[in-house]
Amino acid sequence: MKIVVCIKQVPARDSQLRVDPSGAWIQETDLTHEINEPDAYALEEGLQLKEKHGGEVVVLCAGPAGAAQTIREALAKGADRAIHIEEEKLGGFDPLSLARLMAAALQAEKPDLVLTGLQSDDLGYGQTGVILAEVLGLPHATIIMQVEKQDGGIRVKRELEDGWFQHVEMPLPALLTIQSGINKLRYATLMGIKKAKSKEVKRLTGAELGIVPQASIRLERMYPPEKSKHTQMLDGTPKEAAAKLVEKLKFEVRIL
Amino acid sequence: MSVLAILEQRAGVWHRMSWETLAAAQQLGAELKQPVSAAVIGSDVSALGGELAGKQLDRVYTVEHELLKDYTPDGYTAALGQLIAAAKPRLVLFPHTYQVRDFAPKLATSRERVMVSDVVAHRVDGGELVLVRQLFQGKMNVDVRFQGDPPYFASVQAGAYRADKVTAGSAAVEKFKPELSAEAIRTKPQELFRESQRAVDLTAAEIIVSVGRGIKEAENIPVVQKLADVLGAELAASRPICDNGWLPMERQVGSSGQTVSPKLYLAVGISGAIQHLVGMKGAKTIVAINKDPEAPIFEVADYGIVGDLFQVVPALVEEIQKAKG
Repeated sequence: MKIVVCIKQVPARDSQLRVDPSGAWIQETDLTHEINEPDAYALEEGLQLKEKHGGEVVVLCAGPAGAAQTIREALAKGADRAIHIEEEKLGGFDPLSLARLMAAALQAEKPDLVLTGLQSDDLGYGQTGVILAEVLGLPHATIIMQVEKQDGGIRVKRELEDGWFQHVEMPLPALLTIQSGINKLRYATLMGIKKAKSKEVKRLTGAELGIVPQASIRLERMYPPEKSKHTQMLDGTPKEAAAKLVEKLKFEVRIL
Repeated sequence: MSVLAILEQRAGVWHRMSWETLAAAQQLGAELKQPVSAAVIGSDVSALGGELAGKQLDRVYTVEHELLKDYTPDGYTAALGQLIAAAKPRLVLFPHTYQVRDFAPKLATSRERVMVSDVVAHRVDGGELVLVRQLFQGKMNVDVRFQGDPPYFASVQAGAYRADKVTAGSAAVEKFKPELSAEAIRTKPQELFRESQRAVDLTAAEIIVSVGRGIKEAENIPVVQKLADVLGAELAASRPICDNGWLPMERQVGSSGQTVSPKLYLAVGISGAIQHLVGMKGAKTIVAINKDPEAPIFEVADYGIVGDLFQVVPALVEEIQKAKG
């Protein structure tokens, strides 16, 4: 099975975010980055499917030159090779033109299965995988918690709301968006890290792929959210803050 | 800008967010001075259509076909694509449900548009619609405007609009029969199921102590268990804790877990991603303990302590024991 896993590099989870002077995005300099968490699970699922059924895992990543680090890590974990769509200003691409960019890069690949995380931790549209499926003309299913290969295709377990699930069967090639927690993530081994250095990373640009950025939606202004409640912050040493909270729970919330 | 709300049902039962979406559509329609319609889709939705006929709407569409009995992204996209081509709405509004996440981006793509997903608020500025959505797991908000020609697509977040604001009235019901073929539906859905009977009913708990990533590792769970014990509370968790197997899935609060509204909810080391907030923001009192002063959980908290949970929680246990004598 030839599996393409789409991964994205995002600001690390505990980053302190500041709005940049444009007012429409965050200051990216000085931030550390990491693989988008659901994409890490998609990668792991791809690696496990390859281990079970043979084939190849190709990582596809659109992002600035700095995303090479995240790509290296994916190769160190066991991906066979990578395609890096190098674009410094990915923000100019809306999810549809981004999906077209990714589809163009996949044209020569003809994968059996395309995996993405269900959403990104930065923009959080939760759409790129589904849009990519439509652009590639593939059947898809989202928020997947299990993938089984069977005759003529795959059977997947979709997570629904409130603890419900559903199995869905579909032919290959297909695209799945993977939910966090579907599997247990592996760490890269020293051997893996060493091997990754000699693995192929194909670099392409939007211009080479003939896809121009499009913005059918415009992010106009970014700002920290307003509080929906008036929060009483209780300060002091841990002991002082704890004592203040107990006072509140006793006399305001009346629960103690 | 005529508004079309596409509502969700399963086996003849409304998804609770359908009414929130209808309320949002009516509000937008009023502010944009545009007519509002609603559509419901399935194999037999005439009863639901009848219910919508009692709301203040320009028109109700019942989109029916036997191939729409079970949800499939191909079937829904084809059927709703035809409805949109016929009804020509300028704005199509969805509830941001798991099902909508599965097909609406495909539907928008088939019309060469991009949906603005998970909208939390809106305003009208110079006759144009500005939508507000969250980024970076709720750490930032962004104002979004559509560019280019309609139709525009958007989905609204759970709890962003109030279902009880739906205005009653009367509307004509129009049957819409899409042309669908079984061959064009590539996925085969099977019956819905639950993993197991839930042994833990968090919805009945008066006090919940909930733990998130801040707990760092499974070995540290007793730190918060102790707090739950002294409070007589149920222990719950955000998704990553259950994903890691540190607590069973049945103790998960959030969009894929349980939705709770206890008297007191203590969020310990939980940053407050929207998937978690939708499951607990109905709690009467919320306490947040987190080392990051900018964690979104503080936006919904009544009381907040910024600090290291490994220092604050033991101190809290001690103070509660003292208070209880």
